[in-house]
Amino acid sequence: MDIVGNVLPQVLKDEATEDKGEMARLQSFVGAIAVADLVKTTLGPKGMDKILKPTGPGQEMTHITVTNDGATILKSMYVENPAAKILIEISKTQDEEVGDGTTTVAVLAGELLREGEKLIQKRIHPQHVIAGWRIARDVALKTLRDISSENDIESQEFHNDLIKIARTTLSSKLITSDRDYFADLCVKAVLRLKGSSNLDYIQIIKLPGGTIRDSYLDDGFILKKQITIGCKRRIENAKILVANTAMDYDKIKIYGTKVKVNSMDKVAEIEAAEKEKMKHKVDKILKFQPTVFVNRQLIYNYPEQLLADSGVTVIEHADFEGMERVAAATGAEILSTFDAPERRDQVLGHCDLIEEIMIGEEKMIKFTGCKKNEACTIVLRGSSIHILDEVDRSIHDVLCVLITTVKNRRVVWGGGNSEMQMAAACEEEAKKVQGKQALAIEAYARALRQIPTIICDNGGYDSAELIQNFKVELQKGNLSSGLNMNDGTVGDMKELGIKECMRVKEQAVMAASEAAELIMRVDDIVKCAPRKRERA
Amino acid sequence: MSLAFDDYGRPYIILRDQGQKKRMKGLEAYKSNILAAKAVANTLSSSLGPKGMDKMLVSPDGDVSVTNDGATIVEKMEIQHPTAKLLVELSQSQDAEIGDGTTGVVVLAGKLLEQALTLLDKGIHPLKISDGFDRACDVAIKHLETISEEIDIQANEHEALIQAACTALGSKVVSKRKRELGKIAVTAVLDVADLARRDVNLDLIKIQTKTGGSVEDTRLISGILIDKDMSHPQMPKEVKEAKICLLTCPFEPPKPKTKHNINISSAEDYKKLYLQEQQYFVDMVKLVKDSGANIALCQWGFDDEANHLLLQNELPAVRWVSGTDVELIAMATGARIIPRFQEITPEKLGKAGSVKEVQFGTSNERMLVIENCQCTKAVTILIRGGSQMIVDEAKRSIHDAICVIRNLIKDNRIVYGGGSAELACAIQVLQYADEVSSVEQYAIRSFADALEGIPCCLADNCGLNPITSVAQAKARQLQESNPRIGIDCMELGTTDMKEQRIYETLSSKKQQIQLATQVVKMILKIDDVIAPDDY
Repeated sequence: MDIVGNVLPQVLKDEATEDKGEMARLQSFVGAIAVADLVKTTLGPKGMDKILKPTGPGQEMTHITVTNDGATILKSMYVENPAAKILIEISKTQDEEVGDGTTTVAVLAGELLREGEKLIQKRIHPQHVIAGWRIARDVALKTLRDISSENDIESQEFHNDLIKIARTTLSSKLITSDRDYFADLCVKAVLRLKGSSNLDYIQIIKLPGGTIRDSYLDDGFILKKQITIGCKRRIENAKILVANTAMDYDKIKIYGTKVKVNSMDKVAEIEAAEKEKMKHKVDKILKFQPTVFVNRQLIYNYPEQLLADSGVTVIEHADFEGMERVAAATGAEILSTFDAPERRDQVLGHCDLIEEIMIGEEKMIKFTGCKKNEACTIVLRGSSIHILDEVDRSIHDVLCVLITTVKNRRVVWGGGNSEMQMAAACEEEAKKVQGKQALAIEAYARALRQIPTIICDNGGYDSAELIQNFKVELQKGNLSSGLNMNDGTVGDMKELGIKECMRVKEQAVMAASEAAELIMRVDDIVKCAPRKRERA
Repeated sequence: MSLAFDDYGRPYIILRDQGQKKRMKGLEAYKSNILAAKAVANTLSSSLGPKGMDKMLVSPDGDVSVTNDGATIVEKMEIQHPTAKLLVELSQSQDAEIGDGTTGVVVLAGKLLEQALTLLDKGIHPLKISDGFDRACDVAIKHLETISEEIDIQANEHEALIQAACTALGSKVVSKRKRELGKIAVTAVLDVADLARRDVNLDLIKIQTKTGGSVEDTRLISGILIDKDMSHPQMPKEVKEAKICLLTCPFEPPKPKTKHNINISSAEDYKKLYLQEQQYFVDMVKLVKDSGANIALCQWGFDDEANHLLLQNELPAVRWVSGTDVELIAMATGARIIPRFQEITPEKLGKAGSVKEVQFGTSNERMLVIENCQCTKAVTILIRGGSQMIVDEAKRSIHDAICVIRNLIKDNRIVYGGGSAELACAIQVLQYADEVSSVEQYAIRSFADALEGIPCCLADNCGLNPITSVAQAKARQLQESNPRIGIDCMELGTTDMKEQRIYETLSSKKQQIQLATQVVKMILKIDDVIAPDDY
């Protein structure tokens, strides 16, 4: 009923709700801040992990995930609140775009909104807050670009930078104690790609057993398959034919064909023809004179035997990604027709040695000395599959960051240095701005400073004191100072060798500001009635 | 439901299932309808203007979208009330016809209905009200035309167009980059515009979205971007001086539409069929290759064997290109769409400077860019942004801006925004009201009040005192007889909208007033609502 006492007609559908003004804003702030608070504790080298337990019936119940990767946590959460969904969305985008900083982006957006809420309580219009944030964001990004440094891609310094960045990224992960080892491993893997950014060429194989330390980077390329029984287990100077073709039986692809026979003899004839067709195909393959034949699809016993008889080693049923990697590594072409044996030099891949190896309990095929040495394999060992999964995610993060760095080449000091400098620049800017926007710019600076504060808090240190000291250090002109999370002091990042990729920070600041702005602008939430689903 | 009884006390049953239906009539029906429509208008009114707020909409499946675009909001609100639905359609027809001003039209209709409600309370007959509104609308439209100005769209590197685009983008989340985006939109429209005929085919502007980066990474590609990659991983990633063969037939053995059966009854047949099948692929690839094409784009799929043959013949190919993309590519590159392999001739190939694969982010997503097309008649705007919601909203905003520019190319008359045009019309309508000697006078006066509601709403959204600022603006308009005085939403220190360069198209304003009046007239004509009771 409205104030006059008229009964308002129902405009929206049943169960649909509409929240306006303060209520809508409250709802989005609460949701967004709750999500940010949830992942906040995973931030920094002393951050904690989360256990994700799937709901629903069946075996999945028992399969839990232990992680501190922001994107993984947020992706697996089921949230109802629309503002929270926006935060999850930016975290996912961050993961796709640069691969790391997924927690930072959600926390930063959350902290921005927390500050925004305070401003709104002071009766400042959201549009003024946004106007201030926009100024602050531009200042922050400019500062970030100014403080970053660039090294030549071939130089030793750049190589050192990469190792430092990898170490920094790893320091917040489970494998922090072995970070030197893994940093080196990841940098080597990325440098093999020679500037290409295709992560597919780095394969990660996870095998439970042993300790994390037993993980290693293999120069060659490992395929998680077995060589078919009856073939040679070790081939030197292999000529590899990579194919994607049916090797069970060739069904006729012409539409509408049907086999209709009227006697048993005919059946036998057709069978023979079928067999002959397969033989014919095998003969054609043999004309390429390969020593190894890798096929994506199944290979039936008959052609397998034919190939084995001719001394060709057969690997069947390789997955598509594996195939692409084999092709890339050995320089082979993926074949589906076999009518041009004269092109054999072009289409066959080559590698010095193919052998079956044992890692732990499992047999694998290893290709060493490949023609194009781009692909490589990281073999991860660890005591349980949960640990391996988490290590895998960490390594993936590191590889993504490294590749982004190779592309962008700009680096900044870590340990909260860049956030503090951006915050300082924003505060400086706020002094020059007239009007209410200045308050929002200050708020932006406070939100940025929350990131190192949270890192301190997570480490159990006195954040208020540390951050103040840190501020003073920067003011003194020690532009490379940062948080030393091992001792709980403010240290020199140059000595500690803590560096971060500029692009990751840049993307985090951009995405967080955009999301916070988006949520801030909302003054009305309309929820449609949930779609009725048949419960299975 | 009111019932009538016959002499024996039995009710007359007139409607089917009369007992389960609810009936509202007379004043009750008018008021209920108006209140429902007003509820929708109220929701939208806070989105009006450069300081308007956004709405967050949660779909039945839980997907979130945040938008400021009137048509999108009302569409996604899932409105059930029949009268309120009329407003949804109102907004959508404005969107279809003009593309911009979808919020304004609903807000205006809401203000008109508000006025109608007080008139009804005074006891004025609804038809008199709607007559009055109609006459007032005519006056307002005429006045709009007299105050409109023609602008030179060519002058100063299309500055006027950019300004108009900026006005359209000013109220959106992307307003931070409105100038850059405005420029992109103007360039895009001018690239495809047929200035001689004053027409723009908006199908030629493809808007492709990709999350990641930031809104300022949005760029214009003078060519076509398609979300596909080469069919075989080992095909070259870039083709220079591309000769494009555009196919709408699959690289597969033919499938005749007539139902047929091929019976294999002997081993010979079996072998023959096998050979024939192989031959199909060889022939197909050969036909394409012989025409001189160096890249094939196909609307359908490829068989594995055909795919490899293409690679072997060094003929890069793309499969599953969507139908609209095929048409766009055909227009841009001058290619003819070829439905059968037998019909491939060198003349039918399209030409482009380069076709290359570009990669985004770490997740290995690739897209194909066709650049420097023979006849650059199609362009793509690639929108980037921090999340899906921002990208979607940016897409809607750019669409609005493009529509505004198209309207200006069609008709280069503008009026000034910031509520100034509405105020000027209101003044004119008010003067006219005094000349009318019948009951309609009241309705006409109310129409003027409703028009004033728009600048009022604008001022309200910007945190200004609505009554004072509208009164001031009105007084100045009268004193200086300057129809360009409006509300200073951006606090730039001047209320002259010509100085603020807030341009709106005349066609959009005209359409807004006409459509809103029409809908209000329609709502005012309903005096009886019969509906199922559970409603």
